[in-house]
Amino acid sequence: MSENRNIIELIDIYKAFGAQQVLKGLNLGIPKGQTTVIIGRSGGGKSVMLKHMIGLIKPDQGQVMVGGGDIVRMSDHQLNQVRRRFGMLFQEAALFDSMTVMDNVAFPLREHTNLKEKQVREVVSEKLAMVGLPGVEHKMPSELSGGMRKRVGLARAIALEPEIILYDEPTTGLDPPLSAAINRLIADTQEKLGVTSVVISHDIEGAYQVGQNIAMLYHGKIIAQGTPDQIRDSSDEVVQQFIHGRPEGPIDVI
Amino acid sequence: MGFMRPMEYVGGKFLRWLDEAGELLLLFIQSVLWLLRPPFRFSQIMKQMEFVGIGSLGVTILTGAFTGGVFALQSYHGFSLFGAESLVGSTVALALTRELGPVLTSLMVTGRAGSAMAAELGTMRVTEQVDALYVMAVNPVQYLVVPRILASVAMLPVLTVIADFVGIVGAYVVGVGLLGINHGIFISKIIEYMDFSDISMGLVKAAFFGLILSLVGCYKGFYTSGGAEGVGRATTRAVVLGSVLILASDYVLTAIMF
Ligand SMILES: Nc1ncnc2c1ncn2[C@@H]1O[C@H](COP(=O)(O)OP(=O)(O)OP(=O)(O)O)[C@@H](O)[C@H]1O
Ligand SMILES: [Mg+2]
Repeated sequence: MSENRNIIELIDIYKAFGAQQVLKGLNLGIPKGQTTVIIGRSGGGKSVMLKHMIGLIKPDQGQVMVGGGDIVRMSDHQLNQVRRRFGMLFQEAALFDSMTVMDNVAFPLREHTNLKEKQVREVVSEKLAMVGLPGVEHKMPSELSGGMRKRVGLARAIALEPEIILYDEPTTGLDPPLSAAINRLIADTQEKLGVTSVVISHDIEGAYQVGQNIAMLYHGKIIAQGTPDQIRDSSDEVVQQFIHGRPEGPIDVI
Repeated sequence: MGFMRPMEYVGGKFLRWLDEAGELLLLFIQSVLWLLRPPFRFSQIMKQMEFVGIGSLGVTILTGAFTGGVFALQSYHGFSLFGAESLVGSTVALALTRELGPVLTSLMVTGRAGSAMAAELGTMRVTEQVDALYVMAVNPVQYLVVPRILASVAMLPVLTVIADFVGIVGAYVVGVGLLGINHGIFISKIIEYMDFSDISMGLVKAAFFGLILSLVGCYKGFYTSGGAEGVGRATTRAVVLGSVLILASDYVLTAIMF
């Protein structure tokens, strides 16, 4: 539990939207240089939690430590500096719909590097090939399928080769072989570049493959965190019901 | 108990109105601060200038021409009652440059471009594209709002000059062409009665209206919530609030300047 090992720490986070209390005293450490997979129920607050890590949502109470600084209390300028260390894939991709795929993926490169236009194009093509989408540079986001959009979002998130990458359901909506390929891409970037990744996933098998760490969010808290083996062998009934996808158990399904 | 309800209603409305005024002012201040900080987004500014300026050319010319023409027709009927037809040209020219040119142009551009700004930013907001900008460490006020405001402030005076000119041409066509006013008198009376300050004050107004319509459009878009319905609401409100503020500030500006 040493602080240096965790590049991100969510400490006692509370967040409500109106009367709906989504996060209720959540604590979570993200170990540096590893991939942590977040599992949990649909609508349980996983995306909300992920947005806390990059300061898109501010908690009602609690601290969000990134690299030792509390981003909740930072000035906009400081927060911007921290954000440059991140890449993020949104659940709905959030591509700029007035720009081509090329301009979307090139956006962070043009904003934050001094690369020449030719080099930018090379990097974009390389990243698009990595997500299995060669040759779509000229298309508009509206001309792509949901799964293609998501992969363009992925290419944009990794374009700058950031230190920390947040993936909100990178494989949801992709066919099985493609899901496996994206999982491998996530694992590869982590291994080769030593990236810290946080992955939200509903795909338990995939989670075991990409994650050194798995954390389960339930009722606004992290109720279990550990290696894939530890999670698989967890004695917690909620965890067991969730990972085995059983309709009956302590989780009130409907 | 019952009679408190209208008070509550009015009070609530008033508070919300104050809130809105405060947020609008805040967005303006943020825009000014971001305007002064690099990077300066020339390509975004050019794109918006094209959208606001070139894009509104057609509607501006139509508005100017018909306003000038109708105004000439109306004032001719009035002035001919006491034989002052010679003043038609200068009356139309003064009204256009001081008042109708900037106000009508701005109202038309509010309907065309202010609404589009609200719709565009609103869509970006509800589809998390604004969040994506934040994540990529790009400030959306600087990237989205500042270019739209700059472009509108720059282009509204240009459009207004065009509307003024076309309007006077329209008045000439109706007055001299159709109603038979003497060509020389029409022109000389305009030159005699119109000062350069009439035009320049009108252009100052136009620039200010450009600020209003873009600020309101961006504000309504930027704070959109609630999906497609929210975007629709933001668009409508941008036009209504923008138009009302243009008309109200026109009175204030006129009182101060002339
Ligand atoms: N901006 C917001 N305003 C109001 N409520 C919100 C907002 N964002 C999220 N919520 C609410 O917070 C709860 C958690 O949402 P969240 O998107 O984090 O779920 P999730 O765990 O990511 O679910 P899924 O797996 O389906 O993506 C939901 O009930 C949602 O309605
Ligand atoms: Mg989600």
